[in-house]
Amino acid sequence: MYVAVKGGDAAIAAAHAWLAEQRRGDTSLPELSAAQLQEQLGLAVDRVMAEGSCHDRELAALAIKQARGDLIEAAFLLRAYRNTLTRFPAAEPLDTGAMRVRRRISATYKDMPGGQVLGPTFDYTHRLLDFALLAEGGAPPPPKEAEASGAPMPRVSEILAQEGLMRREPPGDDAPPPDLTREPLPFPAPRALRLQSLARGDEGFLLGLGYSTQRGYGNAHPFVAELRMGEVEVLITPPELGFPISLGEITVTECQMVNQFAGQADTPPQFTRGYGLSLGHSERKAMAMALVDRALMARDLGEEVTAPAQDQEFVLLHADNVEATGFVEHLKLPHHVDFQSELEKLRSIRARWEAARDGNAEAAE
Amino acid sequence: MSAPVRSAKAEGHSRESAGQSFDPGYNFAYLDEATKRMIRRALLKAIAIPGHQIPFGAREMPLPYGWGTGGIQVTASILGPRDVLKVIDQGADDTTNAVSIRRFFHRVAGVATTTRTAEATIIQTRHRIPERPLTEGQVMVFQVPMPEPLFKLEPRLAETRRLHALGDYSLAQVKLYEDIARQGEGGSAYSHPVMVNHRYLMSPSPIPGFDNPKLHMSPALMLFGAGREKKIYAVPPYTSVVSLDFDDHPFRPVRAPHACAACGSTTSYLDEIVTDDRGGRMFVCSDTDHCAETQIARKAAE
Repeated sequence: MYVAVKGGDAAIAAAHAWLAEQRRGDTSLPELSAAQLQEQLGLAVDRVMAEGSCHDRELAALAIKQARGDLIEAAFLLRAYRNTLTRFPAAEPLDTGAMRVRRRISATYKDMPGGQVLGPTFDYTHRLLDFALLAEGGAPPPPKEAEASGAPMPRVSEILAQEGLMRREPPGDDAPPPDLTREPLPFPAPRALRLQSLARGDEGFLLGLGYSTQRGYGNAHPFVAELRMGEVEVLITPPELGFPISLGEITVTECQMVNQFAGQADTPPQFTRGYGLSLGHSERKAMAMALVDRALMARDLGEEVTAPAQDQEFVLLHADNVEATGFVEHLKLPHHVDFQSELEKLRSIRARWEAARDGNAEAAE
Repeated sequence: MSAPVRSAKAEGHSRESAGQSFDPGYNFAYLDEATKRMIRRALLKAIAIPGHQIPFGAREMPLPYGWGTGGIQVTASILGPRDVLKVIDQGADDTTNAVSIRRFFHRVAGVATTTRTAEATIIQTRHRIPERPLTEGQVMVFQVPMPEPLFKLEPRLAETRRLHALGDYSLAQVKLYEDIARQGEGGSAYSHPVMVNHRYLMSPSPIPGFDNPKLHMSPALMLFGAGREKKIYAVPPYTSVVSLDFDDHPFRPVRAPHACAACGSTTSYLDEIVTDDRGGRMFVCSDTDHCAETQIARKAAE
């Protein structure tokens, strides 16, 4: 007598206990702390904050620890937590022009007001494994400090705009910005929502799409007008006060790409801007976002939409790795009811097919 | 959405767990009340326009997308402390995802849960409708992966929205025609689209075609939640739901042509169990509650 498979309860409990054991690993080695992760795997923490769209380095580090280093799983944990938090009023727009800059480079000018600041970067390192890091202990020697110039660092896009070569963004209205996490995405999506979606989108997906625009799928000729990373102040204006107060500083990475635009009868040829902004230090993400943002403007600018990166629905509905991983991985769930109907359907169609074949064979005889 | 009539009736039965306190770290049923109100508004709109997809501000849930976040949000929004919840996946209460969702609500809402279809006021489901006919006051909550019935024919949502507005379902009809012309019958074994209230084409979620007729004029309220796609839709009680077909090729629900090896039922939907590597097969009810009830009834009759 067949007895249906049971025991889901016990199996789940045992599997999760096993997972906890695997997460801890060899107990003869010291346990990682969230603080260590924050300090020593800082870029992983930043990526999880960006894709988890929640600026909290400690919680992002905790999520990475809990997820055994699976960064998408960590972003998912952080998103699910973020969702339970109370909303404050929307912050004032970040003034990235007033950023306390740690890194700032422009590829379009050799030098400009404020200068080029290389900052902590992998750029120009030789990618040779540093076996010295295998041996633990010992802090690297402190970097030489240059005198801070203190000169203001205007955004490079502003320099172009002063010459009238940069397309002016349409002025915003006073309406509160739409919130992707509270409202479903409408199509065609306004740029504010597109940027929100890209900001939390998967770095790898956006990287591939951005790359595709450079390879002819979307006809982009981008330049990095400016890439800057550093600390910006977050201000909110509580309704009962009526003036802005500071909540503190966060680290962000901002990328402004310029692209030529052919212009139209009523618009002169000019540069257009692709914009990328990411929580923490994540240049690859900010750059890819800027490329894709520009590609998605095709429709607004009256350009022909031919490439995947220009297709709003294709990009925005597939960029979210928490959504994507959930749906891809749901294929692990049992599907035997549907599969059973598929089996019966295939058997039925095959029976017809075989009957038809036999009928044809007889007719031919 | 407590159904007092049903709760009173259900009190005489044993339950898997009695209603009790819930995790104090979260609001009742996890979602905050403002979110629940937003979802209930979407639900009311969905009920008022049967089969029409209503966009809603789906939240991130602590369970992954594609694993029932839409259904969970709908259930969380309508759940009351006196409700009795049943959760099934593939027709069974003890599949891992059903266990996980039932545990979730037990933890964050402390509601009574049951495996018995007759006792439940809310039944959250993935891929099946129970065999036992549903009754007035019961609510089915379907987990929906792809709410758009036309998505395989037209992936762009702006375009499908237009087609729904115009009631233009020729794409689906042509697809059905092509299937029949090529292979003698319709091609979809599950998720077969239905016309709701003679107006909107709707995905019944990936239930097997066998379950489609159960949607028609059901006394129960049918709610559909798609979390990742951020859509809600509904079939109110006693609403016409007709599987897409042609007069000369009527829709034909299929089941494996066998009797259940456990309860002997020849009318229930069956799972095929592979028993060995030499082609051995066995068929048992997919609906575990129905199978158990049939077995008890058969024993009593003997």
